[in-house]
Amino acid sequence: MTHPPGPESCPGRASRLLESVTMTRFLSRLGAALLLAALGAAAARQSPRHDLTVFAASSLTDAFTALAHAFEAANPGAHVSLDFAASSTLATQILQGAPADVFASADRAQMARITDAGLQQGSPAPFAGNRLVVVVPAGSSIKDVKDLARPGVLLVLAAQQVPAGHYADAMLAAAAAQPGYGPAFVQAVHANVVSREPNVRQTAAKVALGAADAAVVYATDARGLPDVRSIPIPAALQPAIAYPLVALRSGADPSGAAAFRAFVLSPAGRATLAAYGFAPPP
Amino acid sequence: MRTRLPAGLLVGTGLVLMLLLVLPTLALLARSAMPSFLSALQGPTVTAALRLSLGTTAVSLLATVVLGTPVAYLLARFAFRGKALLEALLDLPLVLPPVVAGLALLLLVGRRGLLGAPLEAAGVHVAFTSAAVVLAQLFVASPLYIRSMKAAFRSTPPSLEAAAVTLHASRLRAFRRVTLPLTLPAFIEGCVLTWTRALGEFGATIVVAGSLAGRTQTMPLAIYAELERNLNTALAMGAVLTLVAFALLLTFRRLTRAA
Repeated sequence: MTHPPGPESCPGRASRLLESVTMTRFLSRLGAALLLAALGAAAARQSPRHDLTVFAASSLTDAFTALAHAFEAANPGAHVSLDFAASSTLATQILQGAPADVFASADRAQMARITDAGLQQGSPAPFAGNRLVVVVPAGSSIKDVKDLARPGVLLVLAAQQVPAGHYADAMLAAAAAQPGYGPAFVQAVHANVVSREPNVRQTAAKVALGAADAAVVYATDARGLPDVRSIPIPAALQPAIAYPLVALRSGADPSGAAAFRAFVLSPAGRATLAAYGFAPPP
Repeated sequence: MRTRLPAGLLVGTGLVLMLLLVLPTLALLARSAMPSFLSALQGPTVTAALRLSLGTTAVSLLATVVLGTPVAYLLARFAFRGKALLEALLDLPLVLPPVVAGLALLLLVGRRGLLGAPLEAAGVHVAFTSAAVVLAQLFVASPLYIRSMKAAFRSTPPSLEAAAVTLHASRLRAFRRVTLPLTLPAFIEGCVLTWTRALGEFGATIVVAGSLAGRTQTMPLAIYAELERNLNTALAMGAVLTLVAFALLLTFRRLTRAA
């Protein structure tokens, strides 16, 4: 580093000293600012706001965001924190002690992990249904479920333990016994699977990003995606998809949890779910 | 400046962070030390993931050394316009969130990516293959190697090489016999850091390579998947990775002290 010549007798050392003083001052100010920010964050945490934590399946992202807003509007002072992930991820987190008040799962198997551990308050209630579709990029040559068996198709499914992946496996198992598909079709489709994603939204995103040729997701996931077309899957191959909802004992606000559960099951709640493309529970 | 701070204060405040850095690992090891430890590691996914992790990191480390050494030498020994900019660009993958790195790679080599589309036309698939796993590791980890070799080349005076040349050594021989031995500690450090970073790669890999057992599901991805299926398996795999990484760091300390 060079310094402009100054009037001092020893310009280099003086300006370096000055620099180090300025630096020390800067660092101590930065430290103070960080400390204040940390204290502020801690204080904000302790505000007496009524916080309800809702864990919901990835596919519910849009519908439950709307439901939470409607719930907050109907219950002044209430604040809903939402956490979306694969139902399997959420169930694992709840079993490991995550402080959730409500759990909305995309299948019964993940809900059973919670009820088997006795963490529920009341019984789980089915509140929605769904259908599987194949999503492809808008200009894709894939027109039918049967095209998924074509060699070279990059197919993405959700992971096996994730409900959407479990349903996709059930769909393929049904296809094995179905005339027009059969075991050869299923084997060819399995050979085309290039990834099993951590949740259904990431599965759909792989097609939206143009990385994969096709993905099996819920009909509701395809709705908001740009440049993506969805191909219906025949009724004979559709698994029964049921979303159960439960209020948890482990949360911080058991009465709020029960109120949110009732709200989702109410006519207004069901109307919101229908507006986002969800079917009534099977 | 030379006066020391009181030792009690140092230990007291230092202990907080030291505990925070050490206790999580101990908790993981304590919890995974169970009778079923070995049987938990015997599933086919575990062996496939371990094999894939070792294979891909070996390839990415080799590529890093072969391709990264000239880069480090170039940056250390030559001055040219735009060098500061280039150095910042080469360091960027280190500070990028891994998910962003994965997204960037996907937009480059994905089916409709910048390079992916022409490659696809030529019949070469990168995304969702083991090659994508290696690419992700190379992208996030090789800058660590470049950094440590660059510093080492910089601190080795070129005059030593010049002296060897005056003693009738060829330039390559001078580099091999003079510069390389002097940079050995940095070389080991660079390799260890690059390899452990590549071994732990998660975010970029899951975005650009996906997660398929046996093909792209490396140890960290398999641990993530097992978390929801079988916690004991996930714990055992986590403990294995931890022990491997720790053994490496310890060996590296020994080696550099000896060198």
